[in-house]
Amino acid sequence: MNVKPVKIRGRLKGVIANIKCLMPHPMETGTRRDDAGEFIPAHYIETVTCLHNDREVMIAHWGASVSKDPYFSFKIKEANAGDSIKVSWIDNLGETSSGDIVLK
Amino acid sequence: MNTNLSRRWFVKSLAAVAVMVSFPGTVFARATGAFNAGKTHKVVDVLFGDLPIEESAEITFKLPDIAENGAVVPATVATEIEGVTQIAIVIDENPNPLSAVFDIGEMSLADVSTRIKIGKSSVARAYVKTSDKVFMTSREVKVTIGGCGG
Repeated sequence: MNVKPVKIRGRLKGVIANIKCLMPHPMETGTRRDDAGEFIPAHYIETVTCLHNDREVMIAHWGASVSKDPYFSFKIKEANAGDSIKVSWIDNLGETSSGDIVLK
Repeated sequence: MNTNLSRRWFVKSLAAVAVMVSFPGTVFARATGAFNAGKTHKVVDVLFGDLPIEESAEITFKLPDIAENGAVVPATVATEIEGVTQIAIVIDENPNPLSAVFDIGEMSLADVSTRIKIGKSSVARAYVKTSDKVFMTSREVKVTIGGCGG
């Protein structure tokens, strides 16, 4: 599969950083059938790890019932302009991708 | 029966170790059994064990009352409750009710949003875990297939 990077937007409101991410991914449940009537194998993001200045602040564990091309937003308590944010995922087939930004 | 159980336990611990190895430095392990569980009460057993569960009005659980497209339903869980370590979203009628679990680190707020699939009209639940108690709120979501507004 052509793995695409995680798109991240971060906005500071005072010291709170609101981070929004988009992760292009098929998120197949494994229960859908293709045109030939065969099951399409399950393929979904299992774990999303979010780092703030290389420190883990949030981990999301997902099942196949998160929508296709997942959207995820979360908030960091104390952040400053210049801080780095990195979001990476690993799916059930072992594929990975990530994205990073610097807060402005 | 006994050997069966211990084998299952062994496989589960292996899986847990594998997750920890692939994410060094983390104390959070994926509760694989909870994602495979077919019923909400089993999900809750695996995730929260013996912790008491209490209904709470202090959880903001945003979800549309009527979802015209069950494939993309926006969901937000937020709370001011202190000491939240985990948030979980569970959809009773989905084949695997557990959609997502969020491990809330000390430096993040208990406020997460995502989009989930809901197969048919269902009770949706948001669980908020603290060290000694689990808080829960639920609401109904109506899914109108074909988007005719039902």
